[in-house]
Amino acid sequence: MYDQIAANKRNSFILVFCVTAVLVALGYFLGEYYGFGYYGVGFAVAAAVISALFSYYGGAGMILGVSRAKQIEKKDHPQLFNVVEELSISAGVPMPKIYIIDDTAPNAFATGRDPEHAVVAITTGLLQKLNRDELQGVMAHELSHVQNRDILFSMMVGIMVGSIVMISDFFLRSMFWGGGRRRDNEKGGGGLLIILALALAILAPIFARILQLAISRQREYLADASAVSLTRYPEGLASALEKISGDREVLEVANRGTQHLYIVNPIKPFEERAKSLLSTHPPLAERVARIRAM
Amino acid sequence: MTLGWIVLIAVGVLVLGVIGIYNSLVMLGKRCDNGWAQIDVQLKRRYDLIPNLIETVKGYLKHEREVLENVTKARTQAINATGVKDQAAAENMLTGTLRTLFAVAENYPDLKANTNMLALQEELVSTENKISFARQHFNDTVMQFNTKVATFPANMLAGMFGFKERDFFELLDEVQREAPKVQF
Repeated sequence: MYDQIAANKRNSFILVFCVTAVLVALGYFLGEYYGFGYYGVGFAVAAAVISALFSYYGGAGMILGVSRAKQIEKKDHPQLFNVVEELSISAGVPMPKIYIIDDTAPNAFATGRDPEHAVVAITTGLLQKLNRDELQGVMAHELSHVQNRDILFSMMVGIMVGSIVMISDFFLRSMFWGGGRRRDNEKGGGGLLIILALALAILAPIFARILQLAISRQREYLADASAVSLTRYPEGLASALEKISGDREVLEVANRGTQHLYIVNPIKPFEERAKSLLSTHPPLAERVARIRAM
Repeated sequence: MTLGWIVLIAVGVLVLGVIGIYNSLVMLGKRCDNGWAQIDVQLKRRYDLIPNLIETVKGYLKHEREVLENVTKARTQAINATGVKDQAAAENMLTGTLRTLFAVAENYPDLKANTNMLALQEELVSTENKISFARQHFNDTVMQFNTKVATFPANMLAGMFGFKERDFFELLDEVQREAPKVQF
């Protein structure tokens, strides 16, 4: 467990480093391509620093805002509060803030930079569908993410990877619409730079996505296992996951930058949004089988 | 000269090692204390809830005087218990009497529909859970502490500084080992 915490902190650092490197490379090629030279690198470094600081301090707020989650008080849902409080005692972490997403699709996630600033969010749809034991299982899964510091890393991934994807999309679009023909004729090797820039612009999001993928699957299995060790009642989480998986409602507020945060992937395979075959979550049937085997 | 340095460095490393072990023992001990305090907070909360519960059900359970008295008696006993072992025994008894009370209440449909009762029941279920989770957490921390105290090299220093293995919060009988479930 302590290894997991250390690994998450280390991964967050590596992530910031890699994102900075990718941004700097992007900045360099953009600078060369558009002809403003090393200013591109300068801008990229500034962007990386700002994006890292912003993800660390403002990430949770941004994710909650994008997901249209609202904070609630104990009187709004005493049972949910009790369940979360019980589990925070079991996990030995401070009581997190609780947010509600007003959506009928059943799902939940946790975020925040450390256990002292943790947030758990749950949709009204999930609250209605689950009984107390199942709710406990789901919240235990979320609290495990808090306890293992998964929340820090996934939040940073969400925000920073999201920004790379955004910048690259912007770059690709500007290429298609014929921007930046200015320096091509004046400079030898401009063609090579364009190819490199293009390759980078295409590779960056793929790299980002694969990174996101690699981290999520093991994390979900581990959080399921930790959840069971918190509640000592595997059936609660198993039947909750089954209920969630049987549902075909769509969670509109989830996007490519936040999908990996949720307890089950909010982007369903039949949706237009699920264009890529890459998945951030292990198959639900496999998860349920593993939980029941505990 | 060189020998002097080597001895100095060796002593320095040794002192740092001792400080490190001592501090980790103190820290783990504090965690256990904190875990125990957490249990106390939750137990206190349960004591506070019981008079409310008795007040609510009294009107409905006129013919079950004995059940109510048992709960009150167990509560008093638990409040007055001292030491980990006594406390565990008294608390287990209180849990048992509460379970009987809820089982009896099952036979009174009016009581089951009472909103006050429903809210109280949720609070009690939650408090039961909090107590058992707090125990679980306490036992985990005690286990970490005891392991540290018993293993090399900390075991050499533990005796010297007066660190002793601590008691677990044990459940006394098999029936009470399962999670308290109050059905309504």
